[in-house]
Amino acid sequence: MDFLNAIVALANYVLIPATAYGAQLALGALGVTLIYGILRFSNFAHGDTMAFGTMVTILFTWWFQSMGLHFGPLPTALLALPFGIAVTAVLLLGTDRLVFRFYRKKKSDPVILTIVSLGVMFIYNGLVRFVIGVGDQQFLDGERFVISARGFKDATGLDEALALKTTQVLTVVVAVLVVGALFWFLNRTRTGKSMRAFSDNEDLALLSGINPDKVVAVTWIIVAGLVTVAGVLYGLDKSFKPFTYFQLLLPIFAAAIVGGLGNPLGAIAGGFVIAFSEVTITYAWKKVVTYILPDSLAPDGLVQLLTTDYKFAVSFVILIIVLLFRPTGIFKGQSA
Amino acid sequence: MKKLLLATAAGALLAGSASAEEIKIGIELGFTGPLESITPAMAQGAELAIAEVNAAGTLLDGAMVTGIRADSTCVDAAVAVANAEKLVTGDHVNAIMGADCSGVTGAILQQVARPNGIVMISPSATSPALSTAEDDGLFFRTAPSDARQGVVMTEVLMDRGIKSVALTYTNNDYGKGLADAFQAAFEAAGGTVTISVPHEDGKADYSAEVASLASAGGEVLVVAGYTDQGGKGIIQNAIDTGAFETFVLPDGMVGQQLVDDIGAGLNGSFGQYPGTDSQGAEIFQGLASAAGFDGTSAFAPESYDAAALIMLAMQAAGSSASADFASKVMDVANAPGVEIFPGELAKAIELLKAGEDIDYVGATAVELIGPGESAGNYREIEIQDGVINTVRFR
Repeated sequence: MDFLNAIVALANYVLIPATAYGAQLALGALGVTLIYGILRFSNFAHGDTMAFGTMVTILFTWWFQSMGLHFGPLPTALLALPFGIAVTAVLLLGTDRLVFRFYRKKKSDPVILTIVSLGVMFIYNGLVRFVIGVGDQQFLDGERFVISARGFKDATGLDEALALKTTQVLTVVVAVLVVGALFWFLNRTRTGKSMRAFSDNEDLALLSGINPDKVVAVTWIIVAGLVTVAGVLYGLDKSFKPFTYFQLLLPIFAAAIVGGLGNPLGAIAGGFVIAFSEVTITYAWKKVVTYILPDSLAPDGLVQLLTTDYKFAVSFVILIIVLLFRPTGIFKGQSA
Repeated sequence: MKKLLLATAAGALLAGSASAEEIKIGIELGFTGPLESITPAMAQGAELAIAEVNAAGTLLDGAMVTGIRADSTCVDAAVAVANAEKLVTGDHVNAIMGADCSGVTGAILQQVARPNGIVMISPSATSPALSTAEDDGLFFRTAPSDARQGVVMTEVLMDRGIKSVALTYTNNDYGKGLADAFQAAFEAAGGTVTISVPHEDGKADYSAEVASLASAGGEVLVVAGYTDQGGKGIIQNAIDTGAFETFVLPDGMVGQQLVDDIGAGLNGSFGQYPGTDSQGAEIFQGLASAAGFDGTSAFAPESYDAAALIMLAMQAAGSSASADFASKVMDVANAPGVEIFPGELAKAIELLKAGEDIDYVGATAVELIGPGESAGNYREIEIQDGVINTVRFR
């Protein structure tokens, strides 16, 4: 029984939340990595693009709700998601046309494009605040829990509770579906293959007749899908606030770099590495250890390796270690 | 040519003496950054006081007051100081109403207000460290120090028979100051703090913090954070995972938005925030809704009071220069004198002109003590069925 309690406590506070958070980061990092791999620059506007996509989805969600449209036990936001993606795609294509294309045609250095993306970030930043405001927005409806903490306790008679939120299940399921679809697209379709060719060797790809404008446009559309899905899932699981999305940029980039910039598989691995390292290394094991060990050995202290103050330091130490020993990330990325 | 010069000079002199003085008050708050959702109402609070004085038009023989907004960012001291510098050297403000967060307030005080001799009244900086900061008599605050809140929170918990708590605070001058003050007071009263965990605001995920808090245990969780920031994230996560059921909410955490967002999970949680049963609060809310903003928004009343105190002190000193009126701030804020409520600033100016004493009560029952900070009346609240109920005043 005590052993069960220990496992439940660990699952409830570490495994489940870290898995959901990891999936959210992985989706975000995938977008960063795609842009890096194909368009060859680090897009700092990524966090705010997520905020924009989520904002559009929220507006559609509210509209659907006001018309009485619901999605049963699932959040209405899922119905609004395609519309959010469409509007975000239009925004990204428009931005590319107005801003990025100019620098691409001039064959500017990646660092210039990165700085340009910083400017785009501030514009998106303002745009989102201008439309929906700076405050917190809730747009989750439907069933909140698959397993609620109290329900679990009553059903099993354990001391420890286990909670599994609908949004957490949804996050992981949708992430798996999206990642599966993306890999199928990149590896099996003609457009996907031409994107990979473009990413591997631009000149050779152009010589073999690949249309660069089409590759760029498709990339932005896929990125629009990824960011909007990532942003909406995150917003459903936590809540939507423009400032928080801006701050998400840091762990997302850490995830993409750890995994290997430009490598989609690496982005996913990186997302989970960052999420699990943030949660596990700073976890206070007191509760779990107390359950497993006999009473006489129960610890007085918190049995904590590092206090949670260091959780961001932990992800960056991992980042530095990875870059020291594998400069291109865990999976071979394109960054030197 | 000579005549022309003379005429111009005379004209300039005449114009100078005839036109009334223009007084500028800098309103420096975090319009961007973690407090961006409550600062608009705070600025409107201050501007409401300014508009009231301008409508009367009697301050210092018809001086007009202009409020100039500047961004403190709440977190970036370098930007806050640069903007304060701009207010003082560029706009030539006579005083600064601000800043909001304790960290940037301390920075502006040391690097701009003191070197330039400008009076600063903060409506919301509550860090105990500001009580002992060198201020040359220029710094005041209409918010109480959190050293006082730590004691009040301990009393609230002890009265409910709670002896063991877990504690989390937002990792800035406000959160750390309040957490330390509370922990000291609570342990002195015989309570135990099982763990004290800082959290960063606006971050993506709070699983790690909640996991540690849950592991350490405690009867309730004290959350010294912000309603729309990490504090909310922690509470949501703790309720979802079943880590804690009751939460103690200090001033930064009391807000209807939080209650609406979290819902039933907050039933039975309690806390305290600066507040009085004085009628001033109600009058202010009436004025605020007439002006089109929410008068119950956090620190909006304190902002009104801060701006009002600056202008009344100017009147009491008969001068808009900081060096002259700094010493008058405490006089107008405290007894003896005729009590002044919100909406009565014109009356206060008349009384001061007639040489009478005033006791500014304002929207928050202002009473400045010690180094020029609010004495601190607190409203103990408990949340039941989505409503914040007042239990008593302390």
